[in-house]
Amino acid sequence: MTEQEILEGLAGICNDLAGVDPSIVSMEKSFRDDLDIDSLSMVEVVMACEDKFGVKITDDKVNSLETVGDAVTFIAENA
Amino acid sequence: MGYANDKAVVVTGLGATTPLGANVGDFWSGLMAGTSGIRLLDERFAAYELPVTFGATIAVEPAEMLDRIEARKLDRSEQFALIAAREAWADAGSPDVDPDRLASVVSSGIGGVHALLDSYDTLRERGWNRINPNSVPMLMPNGPAAVVGLEFGARGGVHAPVSACASGAEALAWASMLIRLGKIDIAIVGGCEAAVHPSPMANFAAMRALSTRNDNPQAASRPYDVDRDGFVMGEGAGVLVIESEEHARARGARVYAYVAGSGMTADAHHMAQPDPNGSGAARAMLRAVEDAGVSPADIVHINAHATSTPAGDVAESVAIRAAFGDHADSIVVTATKSMTGHLLGGAGAIESIACVLALHNRIVPPTINLDNQDPDIHLDVATSQRPLAAGTIHAINNSFGFGGHDVAVVFRSA
Repeated sequence: MTEQEILEGLAGICNDLAGVDPSIVSMEKSFRDDLDIDSLSMVEVVMACEDKFGVKITDDKVNSLETVGDAVTFIAENA
Repeated sequence: MGYANDKAVVVTGLGATTPLGANVGDFWSGLMAGTSGIRLLDERFAAYELPVTFGATIAVEPAEMLDRIEARKLDRSEQFALIAAREAWADAGSPDVDPDRLASVVSSGIGGVHALLDSYDTLRERGWNRINPNSVPMLMPNGPAAVVGLEFGARGGVHAPVSACASGAEALAWASMLIRLGKIDIAIVGGCEAAVHPSPMANFAAMRALSTRNDNPQAASRPYDVDRDGFVMGEGAGVLVIESEEHARARGARVYAYVAGSGMTADAHHMAQPDPNGSGAARAMLRAVEDAGVSPADIVHINAHATSTPAGDVAESVAIRAAFGDHADSIVVTATKSMTGHLLGGAGAIESIACVLALHNRIVPPTINLDNQDPDIHLDVATSQRPLAAGTIHAINNSFGFGGHDVAVVFRSA
C-alpha cells in the first residue's frame, strides 16, 4: 500500500469518527492542534487504523504520532 | 417559607422528545388528542422471546435531530436529553446568562444502558481494546446532566439526583431549591431515559412489572382501569428552564408557571412495592403544599404517577385521599402515562411539563383507556379534556420510584 493510499484511508477514518473534512487531512497536520482530534477520538482512530491497515499500534507508539505524516509513515513501515 | 432570602421560581422554557413527538408542541397536542405513543418493538427484540412485544418508542429518532459526529459520542439517553434541552433553552429565549449562576440538573433512572451493554458485547466479542473510548461518559448516570451542562456552559453546578422513576421530578425539586436558596439564578432541569432495549425490558418483565397486553398494545397503558396489568416502557426526555422570578423579569422572559414548592419523602416500606397506606406519597404531597405556602384546598389538579400497575395506582389513590381528605373530590386527576408510557427517569420531567401546560392553557389532558374505573380508585379522573378555573390555581406532579422514593412538586399558575 502506498503512502498516498494510506493517507486517503486515514482521511476517511478521521471523517468517519471525528467529522474531519478529508480534504484538509495532509501529512503535516497535527491530529490534536489542526484536526481537533482529542485523546479519546485518537484512541478510536488508532483502533480503526489497526483494523483497516492490519498494523499494531501500541499506546506508547500512539503518543509519538503527532502528525498525520507520523502515522502514515509508521503504518507504511509496519503494515 | 422556611428559606432565607426565599426567591420565587418560574418556568420559562420547555423542551421534550417523547413517544408523542419530537417537541413540546407535538407532545401537548398528542396528549390533548388522547393519542397513544405505543408501538410494536422491532426485530432486535424478537430473538429474546420477551413476554412483551411493544413499548412507547420515541416518535422521531435522535439521529435525525443531531449531528452524526455529536451523536456517536452520546448514549441514546444523552441524545434525548440534549435534544430536549436545546428546545427548552431556545424556548426560554436562549438567554445570555452568567455561567457561574447557571446549573444543569438532568437525571435518568438507569443511566446509559445502551452504552454499557454495547461495551459488554464488544468486550466479549472483540476484546477490551475495541471498546469505545467514549463509553464511560456515555454510560455514567450523570452523563446527561454533564452533556447539557457542557452544551450551555453551566458552571454553577451539574447534578443528577437518581431516584428511579422519581428522578426527573427530583431534578426539578433539587434545582428549584438551589434557586430559592439563592445559590444559582437559572437552571436547565429534567430527566431522560432510553431503556427500550431487550435487557432492561427483560429486567422489568422479570419483576412482572410490565403489561403483557400483546393483543392490543395501544390499550396496554390503562392507569386506574380495572383491567390494568402493568406499565409500558417508554423512552425520551423532558427539560425545563427554571429561574428566579427576578432574573426572569429582568430579562423580560415569558413565564409559563411558578415552581411553588416541592416535597421529597421515602416509604421505608419495601424496595419495589408501594406502601399500601400511601403514607410516604401523602407526606410528599403535603410537604410540597406546605413548601409552596398554600393549603391543600388550593390544589385543583394532579398529574398522577399512575403507571398502570395494579398495586401502585391504588396506593397513589389512597395517598391522595389521605393527603387531601374530601377535597380530593374537587381535584382533577390525570394519568398521561396512558399515552406516553412510562419514561422512568424521564417521567417526572415530561409530566411536570404537562402540569405546567395544563396551568398555562387552563385545561387538563385526558387519561385514555379508562373504560372501567377500578372501584378501589376514589379519584375524579379526567377521561376527556377538563377545563381549569381562572385566577391563581395550583397543581401537583407526583413521581414515585423503586426504592420507596416519593416526590411531589407544586406548580402555581402565572
